[in-house]
Amino acid sequence: MLLTITTTRAPATDLGYLLHKHPDRVQSFALSAGTAHVFYPEAEPDRCTAALLLEVDPVALVRDRKGGGELAQYVNDRPYAASSLLAVAIKEAFRTALTGRCDARPELAAASIPLTLHVPALRCRGGRTLADRLFAPLGWQVDARAEPFTPAEWGDSPYLDLRLTGEVRLADALNHLYVLLPVLDDTKHYWVAADEVDKLIRAGGGWLAGHPDKELITRRYLAHQKRLAQSALARLAEADETEPDELDNAVPAEDEAAEAETSKPLAVQRRAAIVAVLHERGARRVGDLGCGSGALTRELLADQRFEHVTATDVSARALQLAARHLRLDQMPAPRRERLTIFQSSLTYRDSRLAGLDAAVLMEVIEHLDPDRIPALERVVFGAAAPATVVVTTPNAEYNAHFATLAAGATRHPDHRFEWTRAEFRAWAEQAGQRYGYQARFLPVGPEDPADGPPTQLAVFEKEAA
Amino acid sequence: MNLGVPELSLVVLIGVTGSGKSTFARAHFKPTEVISSDFCRGMVADDENDQSATPAAFELLSFIAGQRLKAGRLTVIDATNVQPEARRDLVLLAREHDVLPTAIVLDLPEDLCAERNKSRPDRDFGPHVLRRQRGQLRRGLRGLGREGFRTVHVLHSQEEVDAAAITRTRLYTDKRDETGPFDIIGDVHGCRAELEELLTTLGYELGRDAAGRPVNARHPGSRRAIFVGDLVDRGPDTPGVLRLVMGMVAAGTAFCVAGNHEVKLLKALRGKNVKRSHGLDASMEQLEAETPEFRAAAERFIDGLISHYVFDGGNLVVAHAGLIEPYHGRASGRVREFCLYGQTTGETDEYGLPVRYPWATEYRGRAVVAYGHTPVPAAEWLNNTLCVDTGCVFGGRLTALNYPERGTVSVPAARVYHPPARPFPAESAPAAGVARREPDVLDIADVSGSRVIETAYLPRVGVRDAHAAAALEVMSRFAIDPRWLLYLPPTMSPVATSSRDDLLEHPEQAFSAYATAGVASVLCEEKHMGSRAVLLICRSQDDARARFGVSSGGGAAWTRTGRPFFPGPAGPHLAEQARAAAGKAGLFDELGTSWLLLDAEILPWNVKAGSLLRDQYAAVGAAALAALPAAAAALTQASSRDLPGLGDLLDRTRARLANAEAFTAAYARYCWATDDLAGVCVAPFQLLATEGAVYHDRPHRWHLALADRLAAAAPELFTATRRVEADTGDPASVAAATRWWEELTAAGGEGMVVKPAANLTRGPQGLAQPGLKVRGREYLRIIYGPDYTEPANLTRLRQRGLSHKRSLALREYALGLEALDRVAGGEPLWRVHECVFAVLALESEPVDPRL
Repeated sequence: MLLTITTTRAPATDLGYLLHKHPDRVQSFALSAGTAHVFYPEAEPDRCTAALLLEVDPVALVRDRKGGGELAQYVNDRPYAASSLLAVAIKEAFRTALTGRCDARPELAAASIPLTLHVPALRCRGGRTLADRLFAPLGWQVDARAEPFTPAEWGDSPYLDLRLTGEVRLADALNHLYVLLPVLDDTKHYWVAADEVDKLIRAGGGWLAGHPDKELITRRYLAHQKRLAQSALARLAEADETEPDELDNAVPAEDEAAEAETSKPLAVQRRAAIVAVLHERGARRVGDLGCGSGALTRELLADQRFEHVTATDVSARALQLAARHLRLDQMPAPRRERLTIFQSSLTYRDSRLAGLDAAVLMEVIEHLDPDRIPALERVVFGAAAPATVVVTTPNAEYNAHFATLAAGATRHPDHRFEWTRAEFRAWAEQAGQRYGYQARFLPVGPEDPADGPPTQLAVFEKEAA
Repeated sequence: MNLGVPELSLVVLIGVTGSGKSTFARAHFKPTEVISSDFCRGMVADDENDQSATPAAFELLSFIAGQRLKAGRLTVIDATNVQPEARRDLVLLAREHDVLPTAIVLDLPEDLCAERNKSRPDRDFGPHVLRRQRGQLRRGLRGLGREGFRTVHVLHSQEEVDAAAITRTRLYTDKRDETGPFDIIGDVHGCRAELEELLTTLGYELGRDAAGRPVNARHPGSRRAIFVGDLVDRGPDTPGVLRLVMGMVAAGTAFCVAGNHEVKLLKALRGKNVKRSHGLDASMEQLEAETPEFRAAAERFIDGLISHYVFDGGNLVVAHAGLIEPYHGRASGRVREFCLYGQTTGETDEYGLPVRYPWATEYRGRAVVAYGHTPVPAAEWLNNTLCVDTGCVFGGRLTALNYPERGTVSVPAARVYHPPARPFPAESAPAAGVARREPDVLDIADVSGSRVIETAYLPRVGVRDAHAAAALEVMSRFAIDPRWLLYLPPTMSPVATSSRDDLLEHPEQAFSAYATAGVASVLCEEKHMGSRAVLLICRSQDDARARFGVSSGGGAAWTRTGRPFFPGPAGPHLAEQARAAAGKAGLFDELGTSWLLLDAEILPWNVKAGSLLRDQYAAVGAAALAALPAAAAALTQASSRDLPGLGDLLDRTRARLANAEAFTAAYARYCWATDDLAGVCVAPFQLLATEGAVYHDRPHRWHLALADRLAAAAPELFTATRRVEADTGDPASVAAATRWWEELTAAGGEGMVVKPAANLTRGPQGLAQPGLKVRGREYLRIIYGPDYTEPANLTRLRQRGLSHKRSLALREYALGLEALDRVAGGEPLWRVHECVFAVLALESEPVDPRL
């Protein structure tokens, strides 16, 4: 990966003083990921260019990592694309320059000078627009061109050939790159050391606080420590030539759900409606089947009228998150004893689900392929067979009211279907008939006169023997 | 003195301290069979005499005893057990595990016990203790039978104790040494004529009395009949049926278990006041016409019937209403109840009949359970159980199950003798495509947790629970219906690493590996660069429904993790075109099957892996081709300034640019545009299974010839696989095959797979690898990265460990074969799914993904 820094401020070769690197020498630095080289392709009085070339050792990059085992770690863009590795190289090669100190040319170091920065392969999540949004407020004119994929019919790759031109203090320019390269790269599969907060505060001093996108920058910069894909599941994705995230998507990221835009969050209303139904039915032992990160479980536990809560999910990630959100390890014993939480699947009969008064399937069925729904019916209505089953699912008719949702799209990428009210009703009535339940229907959320409520809820009541 | 003790029982020793219980137990039972309260007290409190530890000690004692009884092991409780409460808990424990409680009382003189205690310094309690215990013992002695002990032995003196010997008696249900063959006959209900006809059809010869009435039947071979009960009531000739069956049982040509109708008839015969409903009136009327001697004999016969039998080393269980596995060979009131009446949910249906608990859908036992009681339109297997009551008396059929053959034979009823309470569907061919019974329900206990699976190819294949958990998630959320999912392909190991300068893999390692394993003849198959797929092709939608019970679609294609290969409309299109091709090639008729299961590769690569290709491989290419030319240009410019030490860096950068270009060319070769199925190629390379058959013993040449026929029948969809045969012991043959690989890979091919030509091969070192892949130099750039061919990188990459991958490949292979065997053997879905699921679980084991 490459970065070039060009100035035309005469005498341009003073760039060597600012960078503390002599224009006529080639210098190399050993880094953990490979070797960084600094050299000057040109060094004329009117124009001088310094180049930082990072030679990544791809084999060493992998060998140094313990565990893991995704193919993505072996064949990836790290040797080529500007990323946190280049940021590290900037810090190593231009450590003093980053601080703005230059004893030989102090007034030059303090001055804004004409600069052109060139990063030929920048992985940019958010594309040219975001590059412009982040660099322009810092005084840069942004010229970015997307690299095409091979074959060309696959469109543009996420890599930009980025050229920044402006009158900027050199130390600021380096710090901009140091912070914003990893931010734009925003990669998921690699992590950065834990002391990143301090580094961000140091490098962003003087410019980050006033940046209009400082929240985005901070969030992305620090997000590198977010979850690595769960390894066992990642290996299954690997075996099937899919991205780990495509399998490990049981828990939606908060900004993914279209419903996030409703004013009183729909999720809150949904849980309230469910709890109301459970009380009305006098349920004491309730199951939260497909508990996700445990939002409903937490409400059920907080309500002493529920003697026992059984929370299950098929996703290991969901159970991990639920354990964290419920503070399972610190939960007081009396409450902990009211909760049973374990991995279970709604397409496999599970004797541990016997003896419930009520089972709740909150926003669960739409995550199953339609041809697996009969298996779910057998497991829930046939085998577990509680007196009450509560099912909620999106009302597809209402989707038009979500501004950010494209026509025909589902509210979450993993939704295998979203039913209209008529479809939901037809299914519920048939399933009820098959297993001896009466179904009735309740709206959840603001009801539109034509399209109905955003969420539809069915209460299945077991018919008396 | 001989003390009979049922083989499986909870033996409770009763006696005051010092009566010699431990000595007695040591003399007559294995040390591991005896659990002593003193020992348990020591375990929990470091002191066998710490009375404060008694409650905890008994908790431990009953836990150990419970575990043993659950596993069907005789257990002896060595404690004083003089108090009725202590014994009550033990009787409850025995009942909980459906074993018989047996009491052995050591009622020895008090002074003898006191004498013994004196010699034990740790038992220096006063005489009052002994007196109290003895009082309790004497008071309880007479009530032991009422307390629930089915066998009680009392020894009154040391002489009796010394003379005692224990005989372990067999349970009445235990017919494990009777191995068959058997014909298991369903509910007869007085239909003597149909019974005669069925027995004759089965080849039995009837013996008759002077009046011409059948009184016996004997098979000229060694077959014997087993009646599932309900011989009586409703039908026209209950006495005739009894006469024949009683004769057969007495002659040893038949066994018979009790049905609920026999139990009720017995009460009536004994003059008890029972409601004469459900056809009992008919029996009583018919029996009135018989002699008192016959009625008495019938009464004795019925009284002697027991609830169920376990035959053939435990592989066959016969009970009137069926039997759950924990009750097999057990004896308790509730076992008898289950055998006679089945288990009901406590609810009744619209006709007022009890709703039966569907125990058979949950049955997971290895033993065949044959039963009657509930009439069904036709006898059908469900999880290794079969109901042979096909409602003869209701105008259905009288059916026999042949064991061990597992086939059925039946004769129609001459007429409707008794109107059924619930409309009874007449036997007829099942309406086309209608699955008559509830689809098999899989249980989470079939797959979750750490498991060990016995396969015919590797003895014990283990699955760790973390891997099972990952598989459960994928199976539940993404996989196709398990009734389709008969198989998942195993992973394949590459050859041992080549020592050549510029290569990681070369054919010579494959040939030498097989030569070492004693495999001379191998087949080299072109490795298509696409995505692995398993195809289930059904002759028609109706056939698919009838065989697999899945109501949607006439076949399926799935990926290595069981996901639908074509989630969109291309899925049904593929099923249709594949069906047409297989039909045209004549495969359904030739193989006598309505379905084919094929292992295949589907091309191009981007059909399935499109997004991965773009986001990972093409992305790497794009980044490299953006960065490296710029770097080369900057270096070239700097070199013109005569800077020292840049030459090597420039050379390296240029080399990496060339590598990046080669990398891009490598993946792009395997990608082309497709539209629905247009442009899609399916390359089958093995027929995995058809109805009742597996093919891993057919040589690969046979499999590929079959694939050729599909390719000839539908060249727009199927594509053939190029191959050459080689003899691993013949250098010329090896050289020719190596050349073939070199040409193949030079032309952009991924490489080849070398397989034992005979297919499944067991060598002196066990199962041979089913195939070894030898991948081409350029293809491996996609796997090891653009620069892997640089000498410094190759040197390091050569240190790759293959043993885990090889072991994984063999374990998955064994599981896959086992799954197919179970499919072909008509085993229950859960047994097949267990193996398929395990393959998926093993796939989540951490192994170098580049292998």
